[in-house]
Amino acid sequence: MRFVDEYRDADRAQTLAAQIAALCEPGRQYKFMEVCGGHTHTIYKHGIEDYLPENVSLVHGPGCPVCVIPMGRVDDAIAIAHEPGVILTAFGDMMRVPGGSGSFFDAKAAGADIRMVYSPLDALKIARTNPDRRVVFMAIGFETTSPSTAMTVLRAAAEGIGNFSVFCNHVTILPAIKAILDSPDLRLDGFLGPGHVSTVIGCRPYEFIARDYGKPLVCAGFEPLDLLQSVLMLLRQLAEGRCEVENQYTRVVPWDGNPRAIEAIGQVMRLRPYFEWRGLGFISHSALRMRDEYAAFDAERLFDVPGVRVADPKACQCGEVLKGVLKPWECKVFGTACTPETPIGTCMVSSEGACAAYYNFGRFTRQRLTEAVRV
Amino acid sequence: MCLGIPGEIVEIKAGRDDLAIVDVVGVRRAVNIGLLGQDQVGIGDWVLVHVGFAMSKIDEAEAAATLTLLNGLGQAYTDELQALAESDIT
Repeated sequence: MRFVDEYRDADRAQTLAAQIAALCEPGRQYKFMEVCGGHTHTIYKHGIEDYLPENVSLVHGPGCPVCVIPMGRVDDAIAIAHEPGVILTAFGDMMRVPGGSGSFFDAKAAGADIRMVYSPLDALKIARTNPDRRVVFMAIGFETTSPSTAMTVLRAAAEGIGNFSVFCNHVTILPAIKAILDSPDLRLDGFLGPGHVSTVIGCRPYEFIARDYGKPLVCAGFEPLDLLQSVLMLLRQLAEGRCEVENQYTRVVPWDGNPRAIEAIGQVMRLRPYFEWRGLGFISHSALRMRDEYAAFDAERLFDVPGVRVADPKACQCGEVLKGVLKPWECKVFGTACTPETPIGTCMVSSEGACAAYYNFGRFTRQRLTEAVRV
Repeated sequence: MCLGIPGEIVEIKAGRDDLAIVDVVGVRRAVNIGLLGQDQVGIGDWVLVHVGFAMSKIDEAEAAATLTLLNGLGQAYTDELQALAESDIT
């Protein structure tokens, strides 16, 4: 292993692995979901599963912002981009996400003015410097990015920039976790809570998971040792008969989150009654739209958005991967028809997607292990 | 997008207390610090930057660990840094 500093020390990893093994009841299967795509990445990159006993498995959750965007919303954004005078701006991650009739890259090749930006504030700057154009920001992401969109809208309002609007696709993580808990497909023993979403919302909002569903949750950091430590904390709760929300990532996550960020979201956006998640279907109160007070900045009201639901390609099993029911390599098209260069499903597009992470790193570890078993 | 990039605050813009210049592995870029509050951060502090906004304050050891982790991501991190380098927020 390439653990290089205090969060990656191989001896500490072995010690944690031994403590984890000691806490596992023989014969009991443990399934923990890592909600965040960043965690999935670390797990495959560093071969975290090699450190866990066979009866502890990690399943990947829906916490990849690009992966959960349904195809219909990509088509809607492309329709906006083709309106006269529009400049559509989006994070680089969005460019290759397939819609029902191609991606942003395809639309760009067909003449639409679509530009990559690092920040919504860059999109606002484009609006400021192109007063004769209508600049739309394709807003995506969980609570890690929604405060930034909200702050940008507040700034646009304060400066009176009338040619800037937001096509709001922000989602919230808690209803997705609840949908997974309510689904009969999967029996989970606990959750590794998303690190950076929790810097915004804090740890308190997860309490219903412990209280109403009887599952422990530990907010986890992104280093290999963070994840091992968090698995140990989950197992310790189970062994001691406790069921709580704990914070392993105290270095970054305050228990109450970032109150200013939460306030900014609430000021500009409100919950939608429902929203479609790619692969997961419609989930109640799981996404945000612009408040009436900010209607002037709401692309959904300013443009005629088709709003047509597009079914996922039949071959694609992203939904099962996002719910943790299938591992990436169990999908029929994984690595053959669907690769990072020519993705069919969104899980293969983003670096935070489980399939892309596994394609880039995990499969080599797995191959090595399989070969070792054969020898 | 979801993994924040650590940066060190090297300057707070005069007349714009929500705007700071942050050094991210040698690249200096403007970042909005309005979500953290002026009393919370100052020059020399490390922050985690998400899409142009400082979202949380971290210590230097955490910053170093996160940078090592990000370096290991390869292309995804290179793309993110490239995007940050091209960013020019005000």
